[in-house]
Amino acid sequence: MGEFKVHRVRFFDYMPSAIRTMAFNSQTERLAVARADGAVEIFNFNDNFFQEKVIPGQDGRATEALCWVGHRLFSAGLNGEITEYDLENLRPQYTVDAYGGPIWTISSNSQGTQLAVGCEDGTVKIFAILEERIQFQRNLNRHKGRIISLCWHPSSAQIAAGMTDMIKIFDAETGHATRRLLVDRAMGASKNKEVVVWSVGYLSDHTIISGDSAGKVQIWNGLTGTLVRTYLVTKWDVLSLVINASQDESSVIAGTSEGTVIQFQFISSTVDQHDKEWVRTRTFRNHSHDVSALAHTDTAVVSGGMDTQLVVRPLLDKVEKNTQESALRKIAFPHRSLVGCAKKAGLLLFQFPDRLELWKLGESEGHVCLMYPYFVCRFLQGEDHICCSALSACGGWLAYSTVSSVRLYRIQYNNTISINKVSKLPKELRSVHQLCFSSDSSKLFASSCQSSVIVVAVSQQECRYLHTLKHKTGEWKARMHLLCASDDGKWLATANTDCEIHIYNLHKMKLHCMVPVYNSCPTTIAIHPVTNNLISVHADQQIFEFSLVQKEYTQWSRRLQAQGLLSLWLERDTPITHITFNPKNPDHIILHDTYMFCIIDQSLPFPELNAVLWNQMTLKSLPVSQRIGQSHAFKICKSFQHLMCVSLLEDLSLVVVERPLLDIMSQLPAPVRQKKFAT
Amino acid sequence: MVEHGDIRVVHCGGSKINFRDPVITHDSRFLLCASGEAVKVFSTSTEECIHELRGHTGLVTGVLLRPSNHLQVYSSSLDGTLRLWDFTDGILIKTCVIGYPIYSFYASDKHENVIFIVASMPSDKRAERFQLVAVHLPQSGDQMVEAQELSAVLSGVNPNPAAIAFGRGGEFIASVNDLQLEVYFFKKQKSYRFFLKEDNKKGGWNTFTCVACHPKDDCIATGHEDGKIRLWRNFNHKKEYTYSTLHWHHSTVSSLCFTPEGTNLLSGGVESVLVQWRYNQESERDFLPRLGGAITHITVSPDGSLFCTSHSDNKITIIQSCVKVSAVIQGLVKGDSIRTDLMMDPRSKALVLNGKPGHLQFYSLQRDKLLYNLDIVQQEYIHESGLQQFEVVKAAFDASGSWLATVEERHQKAAELELNLKLWAFDEQTQSFVLNTTISAPHDAQITAMCFCQPTDSQTTLLVSTSKDGHFKAWQLAAPAHTEGTDDEGPSWLCDFVSAYHGLVPECCSFSADGSLLAVVFQEVVTVWSPSTWELLTTLSQPPGAVSDLCFGRLSCSKYLLGTTASNLLCWNLLTCSLEWTTSMDVRRLVADPLSENMAAFCYQSGSTDLFVFKPSEPRPLFSHKAVCSGKVTQAVFAPREEMLESCEESSQWLNRSQLYFLTQQMDLMTFTTKAEEDRLLASSKQLVIDDSVAMTPFYLLLGKHRQQQQEHQDSDSSLWAERTALPQTSASMKELLQTPAHVLPSTSYLCSMFVQSLLISVSDAREEKAHAEEEMESEKEEEDSEEEMESSRSKPELAAAAATESDTPALTKAQARELRRVRKLDHSWLAGLLDS
Repeated sequence: MGEFKVHRVRFFDYMPSAIRTMAFNSQTERLAVARADGAVEIFNFNDNFFQEKVIPGQDGRATEALCWVGHRLFSAGLNGEITEYDLENLRPQYTVDAYGGPIWTISSNSQGTQLAVGCEDGTVKIFAILEERIQFQRNLNRHKGRIISLCWHPSSAQIAAGMTDMIKIFDAETGHATRRLLVDRAMGASKNKEVVVWSVGYLSDHTIISGDSAGKVQIWNGLTGTLVRTYLVTKWDVLSLVINASQDESSVIAGTSEGTVIQFQFISSTVDQHDKEWVRTRTFRNHSHDVSALAHTDTAVVSGGMDTQLVVRPLLDKVEKNTQESALRKIAFPHRSLVGCAKKAGLLLFQFPDRLELWKLGESEGHVCLMYPYFVCRFLQGEDHICCSALSACGGWLAYSTVSSVRLYRIQYNNTISINKVSKLPKELRSVHQLCFSSDSSKLFASSCQSSVIVVAVSQQECRYLHTLKHKTGEWKARMHLLCASDDGKWLATANTDCEIHIYNLHKMKLHCMVPVYNSCPTTIAIHPVTNNLISVHADQQIFEFSLVQKEYTQWSRRLQAQGLLSLWLERDTPITHITFNPKNPDHIILHDTYMFCIIDQSLPFPELNAVLWNQMTLKSLPVSQRIGQSHAFKICKSFQHLMCVSLLEDLSLVVVERPLLDIMSQLPAPVRQKKFAT
Repeated sequence: MVEHGDIRVVHCGGSKINFRDPVITHDSRFLLCASGEAVKVFSTSTEECIHELRGHTGLVTGVLLRPSNHLQVYSSSLDGTLRLWDFTDGILIKTCVIGYPIYSFYASDKHENVIFIVASMPSDKRAERFQLVAVHLPQSGDQMVEAQELSAVLSGVNPNPAAIAFGRGGEFIASVNDLQLEVYFFKKQKSYRFFLKEDNKKGGWNTFTCVACHPKDDCIATGHEDGKIRLWRNFNHKKEYTYSTLHWHHSTVSSLCFTPEGTNLLSGGVESVLVQWRYNQESERDFLPRLGGAITHITVSPDGSLFCTSHSDNKITIIQSCVKVSAVIQGLVKGDSIRTDLMMDPRSKALVLNGKPGHLQFYSLQRDKLLYNLDIVQQEYIHESGLQQFEVVKAAFDASGSWLATVEERHQKAAELELNLKLWAFDEQTQSFVLNTTISAPHDAQITAMCFCQPTDSQTTLLVSTSKDGHFKAWQLAAPAHTEGTDDEGPSWLCDFVSAYHGLVPECCSFSADGSLLAVVFQEVVTVWSPSTWELLTTLSQPPGAVSDLCFGRLSCSKYLLGTTASNLLCWNLLTCSLEWTTSMDVRRLVADPLSENMAAFCYQSGSTDLFVFKPSEPRPLFSHKAVCSGKVTQAVFAPREEMLESCEESSQWLNRSQLYFLTQQMDLMTFTTKAEEDRLLASSKQLVIDDSVAMTPFYLLLGKHRQQQQEHQDSDSSLWAERTALPQTSASMKELLQTPAHVLPSTSYLCSMFVQSLLISVSDAREEKAHAEEEMESEKEEEDSEEEMESSRSKPELAAAAATESDTPALTKAQARELRRVRKLDHSWLAGLLDS
């Protein structure tokens, strides 16, 4: 596979932010995750947990609760506002102030007609969900103390509200509190320390389950208002609690400050009898910090918290064992590339939520370092967070976009670096989802909201709008999340979240063809510089090669599909986020995910499906004849861990941007103190 | 055993009582536990052994209360039998022959007359596979029955009895083996298997160790090697089973037990802490710490009032309602290795050896009971594997038993050797040993041997210790230096003499019987010293080979000094200072009988140990026994008997005054018994006999009076009456029927035929014969009496003469012999009459 000089970059100190809350939509199998910086991410559980959409955050927008109503997503935060998101254009659609102080919780009834929010001032406010907006309906009777958690009864007739020291049950019709369940304060702690009911669940048989700051999970009879069982689960707080409401309500999970997730199940105590009771069963320990967000899918427990990772833990009684489905999955990094690389200039662009950093790579001769990598400049962004960025191959142009605006910079390197903001941008460039420069840096492509690509010519003198590429007129389509221009400047490939890939001919400025739609979302696309074939990798780890000239899948791609990919390849956790090509050897395709990078040699045969992949050390020990027999198309390298980007520069040196998880862990705040055995 | 029919190697007392889980009876008064080849019945309140249920010929592998009768108990054994006992009276009721060695067995209320045994099936011999087999017990009144109906239930089970448990009401049975839990439902005849991964990423080991089932709910608790307890539920589904994990133990959970109502779960392990988990409130748990050795079994009495834990140090602790230890039944503590020799305490005649860590135990062999533990180290023992702690490595008593010397050492890898020599004086008032002197670091290296000067009459006691540092030191009791202040202190021990010999390492030392000579072995050289002057008298040497054991002869053989090398047994004559004789054998242990000239040598040969008992002066061994046991014997001792045995056989005379005990490699304490002794023991043990006497109960008083009256009435009545009543009274079967306790009776249908038969009038000549036989028996008895008389009163020659006459006429017919006897009897009475006159 050849030898490369490697730039091992570890100065990208990307820090994901903590997961604050999440909501799972069981109809569409989408999980919405809100992070502490206000960003909301949508994961598609049908498509290999692919992170489909990222709505960038905003300073000061702290999302405290999320709620799906059908296909609509609502959030509420401590700024006192309820926000509905535009999931196509990835931005807040509108915000409504609830006028009740900070909002702690939001919950919709099962019919999806009403939205209840719990406010700091002790009111539960009911909003009616209308087409396109929500409207305040009324307040339930106000009580002293804040409303921390809410849950509707499935019949929508009652609402259970968790407060400090108590749970109240409201009649949703009259707005009166019908029952008051007093929650015990923590044993041993001071009597003055009030207990907060962080989370509450209401089952259809009128059982109420609560988790509180004293570490208890309590099961109440909601009809009589009596306590049925108390489980002391932790010494600290039970922060979150979720019922598998979409199924038979026979399982409840609770997340604690210690990082554990505890499952309770509704089980009959003896085999042939039907009197069931709640029993504490499993404990999952996948987090080091608070588990503040939980979701219960039909087959898995999804948890997230302070340690920024999203963990999908399949319930082994619900899935086939020893399959890809039963594997534990940790999602630590975004499923898109945050690193831009100027291949000619040797520059790296790092995208943070609130800033961009530009670095110049170092140079060395043998073991002698000629130049250390140095920091070029930083672009600070204000209130709105950055959603995408691009760096031209020559390094002379830099563009980035927020929800509302696009900025373009001209960077010149002559002894000193001069950065000039291009002030006059065409008005078509307002809100874009993806940016891409052509290889000769003369054009900027921007995917815009109407499923169109705006082509802008950039030059020293001016920035001029050229054309808008549209594949069909009049029809409203999903947004494009991937853009890729060919090296010869003739082709532009776009991919959208509906899994469609379109090819445009830039000379004729019109749609050339459309790649047959595959049922999994493409995670990255690239056009081969020599053969002009389009390589696309999808969320289910499949690889396709499409010939742009012949408008059909290539022979290689057909062979690959016929033989099938190795299970080792298919069972990887993270999607391929970037593809580069080796200019020296056109047969080589370099792709990477978080845990490995791989060089696919198109001239070699595919490995057998059940073949054992030897590592390089064993291969070296084999005699040459045998080694050739063992060689196959996939060369996998795992010596660099937690990759953010792998790219090949023009001088054939490999840039590897690493972000070790341990570094992220070490930057997290200290977890709650736990007594460790033998310390 | 073949050569000497009358001397047998037997397990003597001190067998394990923690081998299998004990059983507490329904009334919580008795505790039954398997102990060697017997089942011991202990009282839970007094800790005394009430009786032993003897009869098995193999190791007893399980005790279980009979589910249908709580006054009876089953026991299983490796000899392939199940036996049913009445434990209150200690009577064997029934023996059921299975034919396979039974490793453990289970019974449940629901399965009447079915016993589930774990046996290794002969079908696949190469890999030992164990099966759970259901045995239908045949219904017959015979004492000895053979079980034919065997049906396999589960295969590939673990022979450890903790690995199988009956579920709620006997509806299912749960078995764990390695990483698999198998639940078999009897009703559905279906089994479910659940597997765990071998280890998780955090280094825990998931191997199952034990299982227990909740008595009311469908919940199975399993213990694991990494200290976790899992509670399995919903296991009647292949997939939707679920479990929760409890984790407190830091190492293997060795036993689990639910209380009878299922409110609590008890667990125990190496930590020697009994943990009580509230069922369904598992975060609340109670601890009973510091129970002694590692917990091996936990049982709960049927009423739940008593808990009982077995410990690895051969101890059973009885705990009242999880708060108070109410009784401790302690067996002989056998650790992993006995570093001290076996010794006899001259005062209490108790066997002394390493006991609990840091203790010496005093064990009464006669009563098979641990007398007490003497804390030598006097430091808290930490229950954790891999920790180096102080150990008692040497101990010695002086002849009168008033002084005890102990050596303890701790050898940490990094640090230097820590060594303490302690001397203990016997305190008459407290009847125990009191620490007199502690000498820290008496030597620079490990102490190899230590012995007291033997004579009892001498005033000064002398202790000699030899060490690997090349020195041997003599220690003497010295009066305190009269300086000032320390007026209260009594005499203490001081070093009297230090010597070395050419820088060689002394291996062992011994005093002669009169204390006039001290022999110290320096590898190949035996040096003989005079303790009074500390003068090197002579050196004896017989290369090649270092002398490893040394013994002075006693009594008439006191001029001999015996030593062993790796290949030879050597005997020197101290008068001539020359080698008297030598034989080639690999003697591992040489012990001298303190009460006779006899010596016993244990030789290791081709995997087993042979015993030779000999006198140093005689060339022929008194007794030899091939293959006493497999493995090496390194510890043995002669224990003096309480009363002398009168054995005339030459081969067993050496056992008359003292008994030889030895420890096998498997840490079993064994001894030799003679046939006569065994017979005596057997006679004292109870058989299934119907005792005529009724216990003195109020009911008896009533009944007894009535019976007396009846007797009188009969006497006074007519002969006709007597004849009519006589028949059932004399009938044995009738008697049996009426006087046997109802619970031990066979079924009525079985008795009926017997009863009817007994009512039939037997044929007259048969009766005649019977009468004849009776007469003969009577005469023989008389004859015996007379012979006894003769033996004690008359001189021997006459007996010899009688014998001679008998031998002269060897071909006497039976009638003739009887005639002869009658003549003799006549003659005898005549003689007696003559004497009287």
